[in-house]
Amino acid sequence: MKASVKDDIRVIAGDLFSVPATQIHAGSSPETIENWDSVQHLSLVLAVEEKFGVQFSPEEIEKMRTIGAITELIEQKLQSTPN
Amino acid sequence: MSQTETRLNLRAEIDRYLESGSAPLAFARISELWRRQRDVATAAFVCSSYEKLRGQLPLLDHRTAILRSFTVEPILPLLRAEAFTSGIDLTLHVGDFNAYSQEILDSASTLYQAHPDSVILAVRTPDVAPELWSRFADLSREEVAQAQQRVSSTFRQLIEGFRKHSQAAMIVHNLEEPVFPHSGLLDAQSPNGQSEVLRQINRDLVQHAGASRGVYVLDYDGLQARHGRKHWQDDRKYLMARLPVSGVNLIHVAQEWLRFLAPISGKVAKAVVVDLDNTLWGGVIGEDGMTGIKLGPDYPGAAYQALQRALLDLTRRGILLAICSKNNPEDAMEALEKHPGMVLRPADFAAMRISWNEKVLGLREIASELNIGIDSLAFLDDNPVEREAVRASLPEVTVIDLPEDPFDYASVVQQCPVLQRLSISTEDQMRTAFYAGQREREHSEQLFQSKEDFFRYLEQKVEIAPVSPETLARVAQLTQKTNQFNLTTQRYNEQQIMDLSSRGWQVLSIRVHDRFGDQGLVGVSIAHDEHSHDEQAICEIDTFLLSCRVIGRTVETALLSVLTDIARKRGNNRVKGCFLPTKKNAPARNFYSEHGFTLESENGTGSWWTFDLRTQEIPCPAWIELKLIELKIMDGAQL
Repeated sequence: MKASVKDDIRVIAGDLFSVPATQIHAGSSPETIENWDSVQHLSLVLAVEEKFGVQFSPEEIEKMRTIGAITELIEQKLQSTPN
Repeated sequence: MSQTETRLNLRAEIDRYLESGSAPLAFARISELWRRQRDVATAAFVCSSYEKLRGQLPLLDHRTAILRSFTVEPILPLLRAEAFTSGIDLTLHVGDFNAYSQEILDSASTLYQAHPDSVILAVRTPDVAPELWSRFADLSREEVAQAQQRVSSTFRQLIEGFRKHSQAAMIVHNLEEPVFPHSGLLDAQSPNGQSEVLRQINRDLVQHAGASRGVYVLDYDGLQARHGRKHWQDDRKYLMARLPVSGVNLIHVAQEWLRFLAPISGKVAKAVVVDLDNTLWGGVIGEDGMTGIKLGPDYPGAAYQALQRALLDLTRRGILLAICSKNNPEDAMEALEKHPGMVLRPADFAAMRISWNEKVLGLREIASELNIGIDSLAFLDDNPVEREAVRASLPEVTVIDLPEDPFDYASVVQQCPVLQRLSISTEDQMRTAFYAGQREREHSEQLFQSKEDFFRYLEQKVEIAPVSPETLARVAQLTQKTNQFNLTTQRYNEQQIMDLSSRGWQVLSIRVHDRFGDQGLVGVSIAHDEHSHDEQAICEIDTFLLSCRVIGRTVETALLSVLTDIARKRGNNRVKGCFLPTKKNAPARNFYSEHGFTLESENGTGSWWTFDLRTQEIPCPAWIELKLIELKIMDGAQL
């Protein structure tokens, strides 16, 4: 389960930021990925919400600053709401 | 194979085709991926894959500017993916937040520098009418009336201001009504309630849009209502990022925009070719028989009646229907003619191919019988195997995917972008009848020994008139849609035709009537006088075209005869014209040589021809009864 959430996010981020998914890792952030600006951040949030069927609050979106942080947040959400 | 695996395989295939440079195969797989998964991340993948194919596919170019009062950025990749997979290469320009007034009213703004073909004005009630939206219960009757007046006249000024600076099409969002009006149940009891006032502004908007050419209203209120107003917006996202559309609804905005951009850019289907078994009715007529097929006003036949009704609606906006079905012709015809549940009848179809032949062959034959390009066909079939076969062999056909549930069939047809029209002419509404007349004409043509006898028998009456407000839409439509008998294939919108006419260009239309009925307005010529370097007065033909339904009946000679007569009376010595070949306009290739024009020059782009008005004449064919209407008024002042 753990690996698959991370892989899905890497594919989504790769599509949105136009970089190969293999170049995206837990530490990737707006500082390391050129196309990760505020507009693309919104698209990333929407794409991840759609993919995993979750909703993020503005507070959570603030914290989604690295791929690793996003992965953890989703895993927490998926655990607290089974299915 | 699971959905996810299919998509991963598709993506791997797309990457392979992109690498090996097989553009059509890559395009087909990208489109399939998009049909399977229309979401934000896939849209980004579709757009970036498409960038790699740019220039290698025959797509229509279109430039759209989006002026807005809210965040539209996450919608843009969805819109571009929808457009690419529908055959439109869409370039987008996005205006600044809430800067739409300045951008429209300032002729030097970035909006006009972007040279858009169309502009979408995406504004919302809370932004343009904040007091009506959030403080309605506090307002007096006078304050409400003032606000209503202000918003209506803002719309009018924006539309008129835009028309001063641009001929592009304009799409204006109307105002959404509140989910819960401020006065609760009282709102619906009052003729001046919050919802009603917004509806009045929307009615005014329709008036303002109708007063200008090429301005269209997008029913944003209706769009929200269709998809559920209560869940349309995600308040948190709105407050955080000014995005007033929740994630699941973004695609609906993109698709609604594309429904406008398809007809505006000319991406339209002229005919829908339908299957019969399990499409127009439930079951198989050859096995289930007349009493066994599902078709009627009740469950489950009502689903198929709804689809037939939606198809009949298409004929009212000028789209032809045709049948391509693998069946015994006798079985199928019995149902078409006699089944009490049928909404459509044989007369509603302009062509039929009912046999055991491959559908690809049927589609080719139908296109040729109707005299339209394969790319003007849409194909509707419940069987995914047939759909894939058509996609593979005839990629230019618009294949409409039908969902599993027949009760969703009608809405798929109703939403399809290539079946949308933004204006319709009398000719459009009568099109199916025209084709019936055509069949009779062709039948009688075979009875005559000579062409001339046939022409006399037709008793053609031709009416030639300068373009008028009544014919403007049809004239522009003909320049946009005519591909075959079209010498220069110049495309004009209504605004541009009006412009040419007011500059003194001669825009003529021709209407044809014969013993089988009225053919409507079927041809256009555009010409203007100019002076050559040796000071000779020359009339130059800019556009000369004829709808395919009257090709070969000599009415083109009548139009050219009138055009050259007028040119002579205006003091010209010569008429010149050019033929610019395209893939489709071979029927017009010999037009100038057959009418006594002399070839002046020729190169890779086309051939240039002249006609000496002092020594030559083009008589109107003796079998045509010619009527000229108001030909003296040529300055376009009446427009």
